[in-house]
Amino acid sequence: MFKYLPLTLSNQEEMLAVIRAKRIDDLLGDVPQSIRLTKPYQLLPRLSESQLRKYLKANQGQVLQSFRGFGVYEHERPSIIDAISSRQEFLTSYTPYQPEVAQGTLQYIFEWQSMITQLTGMDVSNASMYDGPTALSEAMTMAVSVTGIKRVLIASALLPHVEAVLLTYARHRDVKLDIIPSKDGLMDQKALEQAMNSPFAAVIFSYPNRFGLIEYFDRIAPIIKSKKALIISYNDPFALSRLKSPRELGADIVCGEAQSLGLNPSFGGPYLGYLATLNEWVRKMPGRICGYTKDSRGQRGFVLTLQTREQHIRREKANSNICSNQSLLALQATVYMSALGKQGLVAAFDRACAVTRYLVEQLTATGLFTKTYQAPYAYEVTLTSQVNTHLLEKALVKKGYLIGYPLNDKQLVMYGSETKTKEDIDAFVAAIKEVQHDLH
Amino acid sequence: MTYTKLIFELSSQGRVGYQLPNTSIPATKEPRLSTNLFRQEAAALPEVSELDIVRHYTKVSQKNIGIESGFYPLGSCTMKYNPKINDEMASLDGFKLIHPTQPLDTVQPLLKIYFDMATMLNEITGMGGTSLNTFAGAHGELAGLMIMKSYHEARGDTKRTKVVIPDSAHGTNPASAMMLGYETITIKSKNGMVDVDALKQVLNDQTAGIMLTNPNTVGLFEKDILMIAKLVHDVGGLLYYDGANLNPLLGIARPGDMGFDIMHMNLHKTFSTPHGGGGPGSGPVSVAKHLVPYLPKPVVVKEKDQYRLDYPTTSCGQVGGFYGNFLVVIRAYSYIRTVAEDLMHVGPHAVLNANYIQASLKDVYKLVANQPCMHEFVMNGLIDQSTGVKTLDIAKRCLDFGIHAPTIYFPMLFDQSIMVEPTEVESKETLDQFIAIFRQIAQESKTNPEIVKTAPHHTPVGRLDEVSAARTPTLHYAALQKIKEN
Repeated sequence: MFKYLPLTLSNQEEMLAVIRAKRIDDLLGDVPQSIRLTKPYQLLPRLSESQLRKYLKANQGQVLQSFRGFGVYEHERPSIIDAISSRQEFLTSYTPYQPEVAQGTLQYIFEWQSMITQLTGMDVSNASMYDGPTALSEAMTMAVSVTGIKRVLIASALLPHVEAVLLTYARHRDVKLDIIPSKDGLMDQKALEQAMNSPFAAVIFSYPNRFGLIEYFDRIAPIIKSKKALIISYNDPFALSRLKSPRELGADIVCGEAQSLGLNPSFGGPYLGYLATLNEWVRKMPGRICGYTKDSRGQRGFVLTLQTREQHIRREKANSNICSNQSLLALQATVYMSALGKQGLVAAFDRACAVTRYLVEQLTATGLFTKTYQAPYAYEVTLTSQVNTHLLEKALVKKGYLIGYPLNDKQLVMYGSETKTKEDIDAFVAAIKEVQHDLH
Repeated sequence: MTYTKLIFELSSQGRVGYQLPNTSIPATKEPRLSTNLFRQEAAALPEVSELDIVRHYTKVSQKNIGIESGFYPLGSCTMKYNPKINDEMASLDGFKLIHPTQPLDTVQPLLKIYFDMATMLNEITGMGGTSLNTFAGAHGELAGLMIMKSYHEARGDTKRTKVVIPDSAHGTNPASAMMLGYETITIKSKNGMVDVDALKQVLNDQTAGIMLTNPNTVGLFEKDILMIAKLVHDVGGLLYYDGANLNPLLGIARPGDMGFDIMHMNLHKTFSTPHGGGGPGSGPVSVAKHLVPYLPKPVVVKEKDQYRLDYPTTSCGQVGGFYGNFLVVIRAYSYIRTVAEDLMHVGPHAVLNANYIQASLKDVYKLVANQPCMHEFVMNGLIDQSTGVKTLDIAKRCLDFGIHAPTIYFPMLFDQSIMVEPTEVESKETLDQFIAIFRQIAQESKTNPEIVKTAPHHTPVGRLDEVSAARTPTLHYAALQKIKEN
């Protein structure tokens, strides 16, 4: 007997009698004998719960004091997030196919959609997607489907892992992706305008961009619109608490990585993609959408809606093959946004920016670093280092720190989270000073 | 009245639900960006206290049922118990607080878990290589087809534009194929199985591959699988295995031994990780040896006793930001390590449970296949349909008894499909209860059909109006505020 297998031998006998079979094997007549397993799987040895706990506790990754964002951000994280999202009603339920017993899930999805439309300024949000990069890939597909043109331009520097996923999706869907190299860390408007001379479906912008810089596309938006192309904006939603909304700048589709809204870094996943758009394009939108309705008793209720876009109904004519969302993470982000609230999210953004400015000040004062670009930045900044960034990374790990992401041997992108205090930063800068002598 | 308030409706100006730490850094360090960079008005997020939030989501959660509330026999969804130890392991700081781009020597144990997990999945599926980078079943499926495409392209075999899919397949199969520009060829089923003659008709040198679920969505094992594999391979095509129904094969047979070249599995089904109300899942993709070079990148490789990431140029590409849903993988790893050799009993017990229910309901519900099933079976509504009770009514009535309804109206081969999958974790007592409830519903359908047709009666909300939801979509709170609700 095993704890997850409750059928006793006498249970099995009684059940087989009802089925009129002698043994379970009699039920497997269609499985060819030649492929039947004859010996147990060769797996790693069995561990009891306590042995597993002991083994994994001894085999974890090294937790570092981090000054790295680059698409994955540490933020203040209210304890209620895990307390709420670990409730079994949320954790163990299926995707809401029977809405009468899934109003819990549907209601928080509605709340999530409401908050995302608030941050982005868009008309509609879906129920969430796998992660930021796949959300952007779906946005690209949407634009191709709306315009019928298989060419998309990338105007601002995207994070490399985002670009890599986009390139993969584009390659397999025969979409031509043109990456316009940036100039002084920002989009090169001239080069972009030149690229717009041949037909294209959409232009992708990102703010803050790979280098942490804020750049807007409002000036070029009318030109793009005049060519009947779409604008896709890829944003860290944390930044949208304070920065101008993509809607205000003229975006048609807004998407990004919502890990920054209360999710752990988790070695890369699970994360939470979001995608929002205008009413105009809602029927081309991939993913689940939750809508308001009434029940037979006249009460407020919520259901999955506009499902005729989806695979289980449209099969090969669907917008996408997506048949789920990152529901539990959307709940975590919704709780996070509720806790920080209207003022708190703005305050967190401002604090992170202040921390980053103090960090830049202290780092440049050492004489080892200079700011690489002059454009405005928020909570991440690209610095040029006098010492080899990879050697610096290695040396600081020994002191328990994760430095900014090394773009190459000379440049790195530093992140100042609102979780860091003046003392944290002073200690970090002191640690850099200590190791620098060994690196020259 | 059921609690239906939205968090926004608890909002009161000035209230806060969290305190930020004091950084001791003066506010003058805050960005003095020119005002044209900022939004003029803060996003209208709620302003609520911590207790407001906790009470709100507690009440909201109580409108859901989960696996711990009761039996959840959704066909093709494998709703098995989600062990607590797995969650505990995924919550260790050295997993959840790790940045994905940390130097590799600080994450060696995590890469080892990834590598060991892939190796164990190879053994369980009989495949030659596994990537854990894919986030869900449908995502694994998409990556699997990218592998198929990359393989044919690498051989210069560019005329293969067609993917064959049986009409019983999950909707994701044709949708995934479409996303990669494949033309889908649907073949009709015969007695619930692939019609080998129909298959022969459509196979040719344009066939990129076939996508199969086995056992299929009718709950039957494709008995001609070895013949099907030979036919597809003979024309140069590949076999894709949709691992949605892998659970019954544990301890019984392996897709690799049946001749499949590419497959995905769902760790949130077969390997017990929570469904989370729709996600996060994890959908690893496995391939036969000759397709290993095409797996998604990065690939975790072991050299001596060190693990590193590799980015082979032959790879079908990078399909997600990093290395998949790692915390989900930790849960499934914990499951396999603790269940170990007892995995051999999972398939047989799942099959026994399904057959027991099937045999116990066959005199009142219309079985679509008059033979033993695998882990799930399909009923095409009631035998006696004289009172007009439909599958939808049966499902809604089922909810009144505190258990989740089976999957309904799928597979689409039958117009009143009810698909039941009990999984191996349920006791005979639970199955007996379910059987009694389904027999009672059949009885009520004769004696008091109205109670069934107007169900559910005991759920937080009654039947929902999906038609008007789609006709005039109201998709967020600001839109809801603009309409008159009553």
